Amino acid sequence: MQDFLIELIGNEILALVIASALPLAFIVPFVIIAVWLERKVSAHMQDRLGPMRVGWHGLLQTVADFFKLIQKEDITPSLVDKKLFNIAPVIVFIGSYAVFAALPFTSTYIGMSLDLGLLYIIAVSGIVVAGILMAGWASNNKYSLLGSMRSAAQIVSYEIPTAIVILSLVMFTGTLSLSEMTELQTAYFWNWNILGGAEWNLAKFLIIPFMLIAFIIFYVSSLAEVNRTPFDMPEAESELVGGYHTEYSGMKFAMFFLAEYANMFAVSAIASVIFFGGYHSPIGYLGDLFGIEALIPFEQLFWFASKGIFFVFVQMWLRWTLPRVRVDQLMTICWKYLIPFSIVNLIIIGIITLI
Amino acid sequence: MAVKTEELVLNMGPQHPSTHGVLRLELELEGELVKSVKPHIGYLHRCFEKHAEAMTYPQIIPYTDRMDYLASMYNNFGYALAVEKLMDIEVPERVEYIRVIMGELQRIASHLVAIGTYGLDIGAFTPFLYLFRDREKILSLFEMTCGARLLYNYIWVGGVSHDLHPDFLRLTKEFIEYFRPNVDEINNLLTFNKIFIERTANVGVLPLDTAINYGMTGPNLRASGLKFDLRKDDPYSIYDKFDFDIPVGEGMVGTVGDCWDRYFVRVLELEQSLKIIEQAIEQIPDGDVTAAIPKRVKPPKGSIYTRVENPKGELGYFIISDGGLNPVRVKVRAPSFVALSVMDELCKGALVADVVAILGSIDIVLGEVDR
Amino acid sequence: MRTPEEIYEMLKNQFSDSILEFESELPVEKFINVSPSQIHSVSKYLKDHLDLQFDCLMCLSGTDDNNDEKTTDEDGNETVVPGTLSVYYNLHSIKYNHKVNLRVKVQKDKPEVESVENIWKTANWHEREAFDMIGIKFLNHPDLRRILMPEDWEEGSHPLRKDYENPEFYQGMKVPY
Repeated sequence: MQDFLIELIGNEILALVIASALPLAFIVPFVIIAVWLERKVSAHMQDRLGPMRVGWHGLLQTVADFFKLIQKEDITPSLVDKKLFNIAPVIVFIGSYAVFAALPFTSTYIGMSLDLGLLYIIAVSGIVVAGILMAGWASNNKYSLLGSMRSAAQIVSYEIPTAIVILSLVMFTGTLSLSEMTELQTAYFWNWNILGGAEWNLAKFLIIPFMLIAFIIFYVSSLAEVNRTPFDMPEAESELVGGYHTEYSGMKFAMFFLAEYANMFAVSAIASVIFFGGYHSPIGYLGDLFGIEALIPFEQLFWFASKGIFFVFVQMWLRWTLPRVRVDQLMTICWKYLIPFSIVNLIIIGIITLI
Repeated sequence: MAVKTEELVLNMGPQHPSTHGVLRLELELEGELVKSVKPHIGYLHRCFEKHAEAMTYPQIIPYTDRMDYLASMYNNFGYALAVEKLMDIEVPERVEYIRVIMGELQRIASHLVAIGTYGLDIGAFTPFLYLFRDREKILSLFEMTCGARLLYNYIWVGGVSHDLHPDFLRLTKEFIEYFRPNVDEINNLLTFNKIFIERTANVGVLPLDTAINYGMTGPNLRASGLKFDLRKDDPYSIYDKFDFDIPVGEGMVGTVGDCWDRYFVRVLELEQSLKIIEQAIEQIPDGDVTAAIPKRVKPPKGSIYTRVENPKGELGYFIISDGGLNPVRVKVRAPSFVALSVMDELCKGALVADVVAILGSIDIVLGEVDR
Repeated sequence: MRTPEEIYEMLKNQFSDSILEFESELPVEKFINVSPSQIHSVSKYLKDHLDLQFDCLMCLSGTDDNNDEKTTDEDGNETVVPGTLSVYYNLHSIKYNHKVNLRVKVQKDKPEVESVENIWKTANWHEREAFDMIGIKFLNHPDLRRILMPEDWEEGSHPLRKDYENPEFYQGMKVPY
């Protein structure tokens, strides 16, 4: 992608800036739609209408909210650690934004086609923890501190089952690169990893149940990693008010908000890449059918986004249905159930892959 | 060398989403474990008792509305009963039936809020709105009867302010038909949810002797396993004419007297209240509802303590009269006030998240705690 | 199930007459007057006696009896003889389903009553309220602080007293605004 832009513009620095800003063009509209969707989904689940005034069915409500947020006074409470307090939202946002660099949106657009894409994603999403801890500590608020401590413990713990599941997928596909992993699954849904991958042999059928288990473990722990209900401990509203972002307002709060929704999409996208064929269409391409090559990347973007948004929708669905677990129960789920199961699953997938 | 550690004092409230109003809890924490809880109340103190001394007896009724604002009807009811007992007034039978219907509808409305906000405390947002939808229907019934949706001033000394709307009984019947299946919906959505049970079972266990010693009443006492309901054990009005059960906590998913039991007793009481309303609608006689309202409320010298089974527990009015138009003293024994004092006992050794679960399960209304 | 009269007889046999007094001429509720220094032992007896078992303190209310005596001498000077304050205890036994009311009367200038907090925990907050509102001091109470009024409310100012007057300032803020 960068090479193409460098050729096009001729200036390396400018090209890199544009390349790195491109995911933003995706994230911001996505967040606007996702927030609207969250409100609408929750409203319709709860027997009410949700926003109806701004735009068609309140579609522009988020835009209005965004303008409200940037107009707000940026309050820095007097007793906070100012440096950390100001850096924290940026770091949290960087952590979730950096993930987008390695996501293959289409076969032609990927911010950076890394060979170690999955490893990179696991690594950079760890930065978020540092940001959250900073925010909690710098806020000089006990609720924020408790929230960020919980968050750190939670994210670090749940990275283990996530990583183990990813490891088993890496063993199965033999690659760490996200685009390669997507390519291996080719178009058509029966080639998806969750259905045993593209090779037709005995292993394909043996592996399906274990892939399902792997997917469930991955999805549960990814929920915990992005702090969504039932694992939204760090910002548990009824206990900790707002958790680590209690003291933030205006744009800094918007950064946390943006990062949260970006994160939601990122984990959904990863789930769709490693299990559900990433940007590949489940039913073949119109571009192939009509012989228009140029159509294919757009179709791929459509499928990538819809798979991501579908999983985001499931996250919302869970959020508005389930109560919240308690901190110790959260840890129990992780250490006593998810990790042992994922390790056993890893071993079984390994054995099946070998035969 | 041992590291010097200090307890963390966490101030919960008065501006906190789960304190159900303006309550301040001073938590002493060790990590996330609670060592002690000190409730600080009085933020909503509106001098009810002082006001009452300057008012005539009927003028006090609107003030009683504002104590437990989720069960105003029952507050009126208890007060009217106390003054009637003091003056020895016999009220017409129709009035008694209207009062019971209103009281039980109010109990359902109050329990719906209790159950809904409890779900909210645990993190389940959706049941809350489902229950509010049903509560709205009850409020509409009240509105139809007396014109107000929250603070009614409906039950007066010696009668009620208006007779029922001609459609009221029919609509109430329709409401019962509509509402009955929704209790199952609550159970499916919240009561038997695995996470909900995990959060509430075996949390904040209140043994029976502690409950009695702390003067817990109403659903909180019954959840600890004692079948004690003033409607049955110290009957007032016409409650002895109806057939209903008293649900008690059985420890179905945990220990008797835990948060889940306190919650579930309320769910079961919904059905019993529906039963009472149904019977009352069947039996309600005709009559003049304002006939026994005295022109001048002037009780004889003396004192009286009357208690009724408010949705939250035993609501007592202690009234001292010197034979004049104003009472010398009106003291309210508010169930929430008494229930809140048990917080420290319940929260020892719990987690911060449990404090929220426990506070929600004893179902307090701060308007009543502070008066 | 015992009537207040029977309970009074039982108490009279247990304690000397001097601390007890039965008041029944009032039309509505009867109560037993108990002397302030004996209320703890009387309560303990009522709770622990196997035939009484008053395990539930329904209500505890402090009141101002409104019996200050004002006399005006020839020069128009008013002298106030302070009256009494009372604490009412409404007891109930869950097992026997009987009730009894006790009353403790104290002089306004020395309003000291024994606490019953260690018999019924309910009394803890109710006594704090009576202290806050009426100014009755409960001896041996573990935590006698103001409860409804702000903690820094003027010392010795108790709003439910009949002779209470609104303070002009609270923490430098004018009160009747």
